[in-house]
Amino acid sequence: MTRLLSGGALIDRKTKLSFTFDGKEYRGVKGDTLASALLANGVRLVNRSYKYHRPRGVVTSGPEEPNALVNLGKGDRHEPNIRMTQIELFDGLEATSQNRFPTLKADVGVMNAAASKLYPAGFYYKTFIHPRPAWKHLFEPVIRRIAGLGRAPTEADPDTYEHQYAFCDVLVAGGGPAGLLAARRAGEAGERVMLVEQTERLGGRLLVDDDAEIDGRLAREWIDEQVAALEAMENVTVRLRTCASAAFDHGYTLLYERRADHKAPTGPRHRLWRVRAGRIVGATGMIERPIPFDGNDYPGVMLASAVRDYVRLYGVAPGARTVVYTTNDDGYRTALALHAAECEVAAILDSRPDPAGMLVERAREAGLRILPATGIGTVKGGLDGVRSIRTVRLDGTGETRFIESIDCDCVAMAGGWSPVVHLYSHSGGKVRWDADAAMYRPDPDHPPRNGTGEAYTIMIGGASGALTLADVLASAAGEGAAPSVHAASEHPAAPVWFTPSEGKAAYGGKHFLDYQNDVTVADIRLAAREGFESVEHAKRYTTLGMATDQGKLSNINGHAILAEALGKAMADVGTTTFRPPYTPISMGSIAGQEKGLLFKPVRQTALHDWHAAHGAEFEPVGDWRRPYRYQQGTEKRGASITREIGRVRKAVGLLDASTLGKITVKGPDAGAFLDRMYTNMMSTLKPGRCRYGLMCNDNGFLMDDGVVVRLDADTFLCHTTSGGSDRVHAWFEEWLQTEWFDLKVHTANVTEQWGQIAVAGPKARALIEALDGDVDVSAGALPFMGWTEGTLAGCPVRIFRISFSGELSFEIATPTGYALSLWEALMAAGADMGVGPYGTEALHVLRAEKGFIVIGDETDGTVTPHDVGLSWAVSKKKDDFIGKRAMMRSDLTRKGRKQLVGLLTDDPDYVLPDGAHALSADGRRAIGHVTSTYYSPTLKRSIAMALIEDGASKMGETLTVGIDRKTTVRARIASPVFYDKEGARQNV
Amino acid sequence: MLLIQCPYCGVEAEETEFAPGGEAHILRPGPDCTDAEWSAYLFERKNPRAVHHERWRHAFGCGKWFHMARHTHTLEVFGVYRADEAEPPQEIRDRIDARAAL
Repeated sequence: MTRLLSGGALIDRKTKLSFTFDGKEYRGVKGDTLASALLANGVRLVNRSYKYHRPRGVVTSGPEEPNALVNLGKGDRHEPNIRMTQIELFDGLEATSQNRFPTLKADVGVMNAAASKLYPAGFYYKTFIHPRPAWKHLFEPVIRRIAGLGRAPTEADPDTYEHQYAFCDVLVAGGGPAGLLAARRAGEAGERVMLVEQTERLGGRLLVDDDAEIDGRLAREWIDEQVAALEAMENVTVRLRTCASAAFDHGYTLLYERRADHKAPTGPRHRLWRVRAGRIVGATGMIERPIPFDGNDYPGVMLASAVRDYVRLYGVAPGARTVVYTTNDDGYRTALALHAAECEVAAILDSRPDPAGMLVERAREAGLRILPATGIGTVKGGLDGVRSIRTVRLDGTGETRFIESIDCDCVAMAGGWSPVVHLYSHSGGKVRWDADAAMYRPDPDHPPRNGTGEAYTIMIGGASGALTLADVLASAAGEGAAPSVHAASEHPAAPVWFTPSEGKAAYGGKHFLDYQNDVTVADIRLAAREGFESVEHAKRYTTLGMATDQGKLSNINGHAILAEALGKAMADVGTTTFRPPYTPISMGSIAGQEKGLLFKPVRQTALHDWHAAHGAEFEPVGDWRRPYRYQQGTEKRGASITREIGRVRKAVGLLDASTLGKITVKGPDAGAFLDRMYTNMMSTLKPGRCRYGLMCNDNGFLMDDGVVVRLDADTFLCHTTSGGSDRVHAWFEEWLQTEWFDLKVHTANVTEQWGQIAVAGPKARALIEALDGDVDVSAGALPFMGWTEGTLAGCPVRIFRISFSGELSFEIATPTGYALSLWEALMAAGADMGVGPYGTEALHVLRAEKGFIVIGDETDGTVTPHDVGLSWAVSKKKDDFIGKRAMMRSDLTRKGRKQLVGLLTDDPDYVLPDGAHALSADGRRAIGHVTSTYYSPTLKRSIAMALIEDGASKMGETLTVGIDRKTTVRARIASPVFYDKEGARQNV
Repeated sequence: MLLIQCPYCGVEAEETEFAPGGEAHILRPGPDCTDAEWSAYLFERKNPRAVHHERWRHAFGCGKWFHMARHTHTLEVFGVYRADEAEPPQEIRDRIDARAAL
């Protein structure tokens, strides 16, 4: 056990918790993270590295952790790649390690490390190129198994997640000293404030470095005072376990709240907050940098700040004998914290030749061994972690010289601090390299700006580059006076970007930059040598910063190595883009409630329940669900469809056509407007008549079709395809509002106001006449393409005599609320006539037998009315309509365009596959494709429609259709109208 | 995500309540135009890294089309105006000029 006998500001030693890691049971205490609890149990080996499978341990104590990723939970609550340093320990927690086989201690992947000279940067790009098929079938599956992180869950997530919206004047991200002060000042000024903190407590690093005094009070008292003041203000909301994940345009910010996660028994697990803040105050602090030296990845090599956190917050000693390697005064705080906790400090290695300052003096007074101008050349270690280090002299020449070996089991690296500028950078703020402080600071001259061009994000505290508590609080105080601070003053740092093992270079050693992706100093130098000089190219070539930690520890060091290799200044190398989210967020929180039935609303007609109760098998059509067929008993699909087609051809069938789009176009200029929208002339349509119309876009390609009805002199009713009603209505409005706003026309999408029933078949008229009503549907009173209105079975109706089946057919529209009663009346009255419903598949076969096109089957956005044999519907008289000019383009008038034809296979029982390609005579070229293909029970043979090059002039010719590599089928080109070519059946 | 104010109904709302409609003030030539003019109308767009006058529709609100002057890089919005205005109003042009002068 390495739990210290006393100390640990965050833990409650009396509340013991038990948990398992890789199946073995351990004990921790309340307040632990999984990382601190494992360290307290002496467990240091927690993972294997991604590429070389080297043993790895915990490096940090926070969200920047690159190594200590685990699988958490099991079964349907299994979650991979969670950072141990952020997992609050709870009783019964189960975690397993990742990226090892079969176990952490005996991992076969470690042979990658033995062969590591064979795996330089770009290895995969260079090696696994030939033979081509081997990538998919051999290389990739093997590499994926060896490399990679945790396994994705295989079961559906049983938890719930939600999205929430919030508005505030000021969003303060980060609950450290700067955030607390800024939130309090804004709250006292009367602003609506949201303060969010990613951990479960406020105070930030003041909880660790609590020897400072603020306004004459101890740090802890000062924190308590701020928290109490914030809680007392109604205009201030404090939300813990909530991370400001991302900032987007115009101040739109995403917060990720871990709401339940073993804390709350009910309610959503995570929340994604969408916040509109007037201002964003980024108090997101800093992250300490590691130092690249040989073997800096052995378990036990940690950030100095993390070592201090474990000692002071969790009462855990990461090692029994620690060496501190520092570039600044802050490293001495770690040495002093270890010393105060009675942990041995073997030595403090300082990159600076003459360390001084108050903290250095305190270490001297404590009798700690300080080695100036000294660094770590090599760490010797094994599976159990660090065993000793070899120190080297740093004389400023870039070459190092071995001094001595020091036994130790823990190394604390204090490589300097990087402001967490992510929120600033996400939304367009620029960062600037500050060579003196060796950090990227937010550039106040280039802040993120909102929609009115005002800067709305400021960074304060560590995130602005403030290194001392006094500067941190001063940056947060705004206009008001900064609190007085009594704390140790510090001397300037001397950053070390790289410590050679010995001599000048890194031969043989492994100086890690990016722990998670196993990127070393040598990799970056190789990238520079091979010409990947842009920081973005070097990143992609080496994968530096591309792991789940997004380079929080590695990027700055990596860029410095690149700058040195290129002989450039750091500022000229630049930095890669900081992309949201700041830390990974759960997929569930992104989906929120929008899953299952709530993923996308479904539209249902008034007859939906009737269909469902009568064996309907539904298919999606746009957002609608339409009956594909109605199953009787256990019959197969084909049998239902054949039965339904026969009913329409021989007796009478009912189709729920309510989904057809219906748009009312009204006004003195309605006719003129529709003349421009349709290719046909609509203004000449007489009231009482219907006309089939085509709509093109300005490229001349078909986009929708349907029957237009003239209701009266000023009013038209335009039918659209089922999927097209919203699109066509929006299309009408776009032209009316943005191009022809001089036209006096109103449009309304009345699709859902009307139920519509197609009554089709030789007995259709008899069926309608069997109902009570005042409508005359006789051939004389209601001719083909006419319409009438009246009452039928007590329902107000409009009856359109139009046909999509080629049979005698009436489409009856009635207000939606009447639709079911009319449908049931028709079913009852027609019982003796053999009436029954038919579904969309029967509808499609019926129309294909007649050669009627379906938008989206026969058209694909590159097809003109002329291509599908509908030239008769394109007016030559109109000055202009949408599509007119485009149809004059040479490509739309040339020979060789594909034209709609029918195909009859030599074998009448063979149904061509949809989309099959017709081949040229020599078999080398596709000359067209099948657009619709069915077995026609009416004709007792297969039929197909196809778009074939110059098809209209090839009637009677036989062509070859390719089915697969070996099979072709012969088919004869014929008219696409297969049945009742004269149209006699619909005209009775 | 942009915050946009509809000039017709006055609502200020998230970008997702609106639908973009591309560059504004494009003249649709008549059927007598040349192929080149027609091609320009159909396909040629400015796509500037600068202030862009563009069409938007309050798709999930009042349904009206309108124009917006927005800088494509800074995302600053200089104003919204009616869809039947053939050019941006003077006050919006002044605002754009004032920003450019900075």
